[in-house]
Amino acid sequence: MTPRVVFPNKILPYLLVAPQLAITAIFFYWPASQALYQSMLREDPFGLKSSFVWFANFRKVLADPNYLNSLKVTAIFSVSTAAVAMSVALLLAVMADKVVRSRGLYRTLLIWPYAVAPAIAGMLWLFLFNPSIGSLAYLLRAAGIAWDPLLNGTQAMVLVVAAAAWKQISYNFLFFVAGLQAIPKTLIEAAAIDGAGETKRFWTIVFPLLAPTTFFLLVVNTVYAFFDTFGIIHAVTGGGPGKATETLVYKVYNDGFVNLILGDSAAQSVILMVIVIALTAVQFRYVERKVHYG
Amino acid sequence: MATVDLKDVRKTYPSGVEAVKGVSIAIHDKALCVLVGPSGCGKSTLLRMIAGLEAITDGAIAIEGKVVNAIGPAERDIAMVFQNYALYPHMSVYDNMAYGLRNRGTPRDEIDRRVRATAKTLELDHLLKRQPRELSGGQRQRVAMGRAIVRNPKVFLFDEPLSNLDAKLRGQMRVEIKNLQRALGVTSVYVTHDQLEAMTLADVLVVMNAGVVEQIGAPLDVYERPETTFVASFIGAPPMNLLPVAALPSSITSAAPAGAATLGFRPEDGTFSDHSEQSQLSLAAEVEGVEPVGAESFLYCRHADNRLILRASGRTTVEPGARLAVTIAPEKMHWFDGEGKRLS
Ligand SMILES: Nc1ncnc2c1ncn2[C@@H]1O[C@H](COP(=O)(O)OP(=O)(O)OP(=O)(O)O)[C@@H](O)[C@H]1O
Ligand SMILES: [Mg+2]
Repeated sequence: MTPRVVFPNKILPYLLVAPQLAITAIFFYWPASQALYQSMLREDPFGLKSSFVWFANFRKVLADPNYLNSLKVTAIFSVSTAAVAMSVALLLAVMADKVVRSRGLYRTLLIWPYAVAPAIAGMLWLFLFNPSIGSLAYLLRAAGIAWDPLLNGTQAMVLVVAAAAWKQISYNFLFFVAGLQAIPKTLIEAAAIDGAGETKRFWTIVFPLLAPTTFFLLVVNTVYAFFDTFGIIHAVTGGGPGKATETLVYKVYNDGFVNLILGDSAAQSVILMVIVIALTAVQFRYVERKVHYG
Repeated sequence: MATVDLKDVRKTYPSGVEAVKGVSIAIHDKALCVLVGPSGCGKSTLLRMIAGLEAITDGAIAIEGKVVNAIGPAERDIAMVFQNYALYPHMSVYDNMAYGLRNRGTPRDEIDRRVRATAKTLELDHLLKRQPRELSGGQRQRVAMGRAIVRNPKVFLFDEPLSNLDAKLRGQMRVEIKNLQRALGVTSVYVTHDQLEAMTLADVLVVMNAGVVEQIGAPLDVYERPETTFVASFIGAPPMNLLPVAALPSSITSAAPAGAATLGFRPEDGTFSDHSEQSQLSLAAEVEGVEPVGAESFLYCRHADNRLILRASGRTTVEPGARLAVTIAPEKMHWFDGEGKRLS
């Protein structure tokens, strides 16, 4: 326990935290409360006046099949993105752990995709897989796959998942590398003497000991897939074809800023906010008492 | 017949460090061989090469007469106890002990029988469900031992297994390890830098220094006939007194063999009396400090520019500042040449 600091002055402590509180209030609580307020308003078709409708917007949104579709899309998208980003990163980290020479270079090269802006990453994948000009799309077609993410919803989903996962791999990689390094070498050696082969060692020793890292990344990746992938989806598919890749965040944007149904959009934001709070709560619970071994 | 034979084994790390510079040791079946030496002399490296955790740069290691240089640690049928125990932190004590058996495809009920039997001998039966983090240091040490024993391997390897325990527990575990090793009759290699542990445990004592073997022998033989000044000063607590021949009176050096540069004698082999009884055959020494440890006392003395330690049994009336005449029986004298090698 850190020793408690006792201020003789009663007001000073409040003054000291005031700037922080002010910033949080102005940039977080105020917009959040505005969203909450907005979510209970309904504007007339001409945008001249709005009326207070309590939870009517929420009822409407939750009954909307498009919204439920977007929930499903988000679930599929987030789970696949997190799964792909994490498993590829783990594979790369395990292999990087074995590299003896020029380790640093190898790691640096794997980290830089994290610095690429989401929209740029999206464009990159879009060009590579564009049905008419993409070089990789050409290869896919040559391999006999009817590749057209502009028409085929499943392929569009595969494409955005790939782009979103690609962007997150570096981040996960860093954490997995650190996690692997934290596993004492003697444990691996003891397991080797105990007759466990390489694969067995990974699944019975390394993977369980990585659990805290894996769990932390699972939460971070899910949050990322939920909220930080707008740029990628916007650049790659724009939510289409149809509504095949329209995630919750994308729908908020579409309904609010494109279709100007502000009440619905605000209600969706509030639902999203609740989801973030729930996810963050789970994350804090586990990061706080991160599984400690040994 | 699990013998372990090292033939001119060498290890050079990729960084260029020559950790082991040609070591040959033949360990008999059922013997407990202790490698002892100062920190960094290559003991762990040698042990890890026997375990198969470190590639052998040159030479050959054979277990049961079969060269194992190219065989992985799993197939060598050895068990190792690490200094930090290396218990699997996410497994219960039971699973820690069962892990090696499961990997070898031992039937379930036999695993259960063996784990429980081993736990019983080590008095771990009430701890089987605990996780390693819920154990004391001594209990972890036992689990590490149990994990090695339960597999019934050909060879046990120990890398300073007791160095994380307090002095009392260390003494207790030392006896227990010795008894277990005897009872199980498993050939063992034990690494330590503690010469007392080495002396009490070893059937065969191997004294190492800077990557080479200085002496191999039964502990008491090594104690009584150290082959080099290094061994003389490393084995025995307090160590053997070493005095340059140039500083000795001619009456003593006349007994020296040709080429002698250093005289060694054990603290308990120097008999002393009051200065007034100084004779031709004795050394003059001035007492600088007295250290009573109960059954005996150690006198820290100075002869010319050299320090020496004498042992007095029980309490002593000698006070610091006293001047003594030290006499050494000729048969208790050890002579070493200029390179530190034993003469005669
Ligand atoms: N992985 C390694 N790479 C390079 N040099 C090493 C490595 N491991 C050990 N060394 C060096 O080899 C020498 C012998 O090391 P070793 O660990 O065998 O010593 P030790 O006798 O076990 O010492 P201690 O009693 O301190 O454990 C040391 O000089 C050490 O610095
Ligand atoms: Mg060591």
